[in-house]
Amino acid sequence: MSKIRILAGTKKGAFILTADGNRKEWQVGGPYFAGWEIYHLKGSPADPNRIFASQTSGWFGQIIQRSDDGGQTWQTPGSTSEELKDQNGFPRGESNKFSYAGEAGTHKWYDGSQHPWEFKRVWHIEPSLDDPDTAYAGVEDAAIFKTTDGGSTWTELPALRHAKGHLWQPGAGGMAVHTILLDPQKAGRIYVAISAGGAFRTDDAGQTWKPINRGLKSPYELPDPDAEVGHCVHRIAFHPARPDVVFMQKHWDVLRTDNAGEHWTEVSGNLPTDFGFPIDVHAHEPETIFVVPIKSDSEHYPPEGKLRVYRSKTGGNDWEPLTRGLPQKDCYVNVLRDAMCVDQLDPCGIYFGTTGGQIYCSPDSGESWRAIVHDLPSVLSVEVQTLT
Amino acid sequence: MVHIVLPFHLRRLAGVEGDVAVSVSGSVTIGAVLDSLEAQYPVLRGTIRDHGTLKRRPFVRFFACKEDLSLEPPDTPLPEGVVQGREPFLIVGAMAGG
Repeated sequence: MSKIRILAGTKKGAFILTADGNRKEWQVGGPYFAGWEIYHLKGSPADPNRIFASQTSGWFGQIIQRSDDGGQTWQTPGSTSEELKDQNGFPRGESNKFSYAGEAGTHKWYDGSQHPWEFKRVWHIEPSLDDPDTAYAGVEDAAIFKTTDGGSTWTELPALRHAKGHLWQPGAGGMAVHTILLDPQKAGRIYVAISAGGAFRTDDAGQTWKPINRGLKSPYELPDPDAEVGHCVHRIAFHPARPDVVFMQKHWDVLRTDNAGEHWTEVSGNLPTDFGFPIDVHAHEPETIFVVPIKSDSEHYPPEGKLRVYRSKTGGNDWEPLTRGLPQKDCYVNVLRDAMCVDQLDPCGIYFGTTGGQIYCSPDSGESWRAIVHDLPSVLSVEVQTLT
Repeated sequence: MVHIVLPFHLRRLAGVEGDVAVSVSGSVTIGAVLDSLEAQYPVLRGTIRDHGTLKRRPFVRFFACKEDLSLEPPDTPLPEGVVQGREPFLIVGAMAGG
């Protein structure tokens, strides 16, 4: 029988939750890296037992952790004395060293002035689809890095910041590359999303990038609502069988593109509010998508205190609330952008974590929900692995 | 040998319990002690000082012999008690939050 492994990053450590394919009885492991913020963990599709984790601290900075046994043991790759010396005996880069390539340059600051790029933390790690030693890291201040040695060293793909990076600016949560989508059909095509820079695409493995924000409108965030860059994109997602169709949860508005980002169309439809953070696509139905509407940019909790996932089976516009098993009164949690995911089983499982420390699972495509855990630290990210 | 007291999270990261001892060749300065510490425990690189600039991270403090040395330059000699190994060099996570 298949096995499910949830990788949850929280404000105070990582947790690994496992169950069989019935997704009813769960074992909870952790906390790992207790007391540290774990922004994200993700397993390699090429080797599911290889898991990367971003461990961060306002005091002590950024650490990259790696497990090669499914999360039982962890190491900081590239940090042994032997690994730290090159063939001539000189020190080289480490797993927690993220240095911008060349002149770091500047981006737009809150007061409109230009501000130097400063590395703060890794928000998201996206392992390669076919090489367990290769992974991408989306970081704050916004940039994308790549490792080809299992996380021992990281090198920036600097062309992303050349895509009008001087016009990007931080939102309230900072300025970060938070979403990285690797196209499984077109080699070299990668999408990224940045708050608050917008969405970008490369077709040559990161040598060049183009903004793909036509159709986005941000009248309350930008002086030019149709600006080429600067939009606060909260999350993008695609179905791997149809990677030219990308769905977006923007600061406000839910959108879709059917041509790899050349143009976006709003599909918020009948949502009670189109503000929110996560968006994801059903594993077997490319037109079925999920969002969690949040009241507003000023009030980061569900409208009316009712925690509702909304599902569209038509790729947007027509949405239905999914409430069975979710709290329908006095609920004032948030669901962050990296805290929703789907498994590969049939029926598809949907998972999300909350800032209140719950992780919810729906084993039936959203029809019903149950909290796997109630009292974790605030959940920053949720990933799921379907293991056979 | 210079004895160093690390904060909880860095002890755990380095995989040590209690104080750590490092030997320093030449002048026993703040920078030399940190160089030796990072050479002995490479995983600590970047956690106390920034990688590129080697500047102290904002929420890390250095204490020794009841003195706050956090704002002193890296070539500042450490007190004789630390050099002789009678007193520890403390690396402390600054108070932050409410």
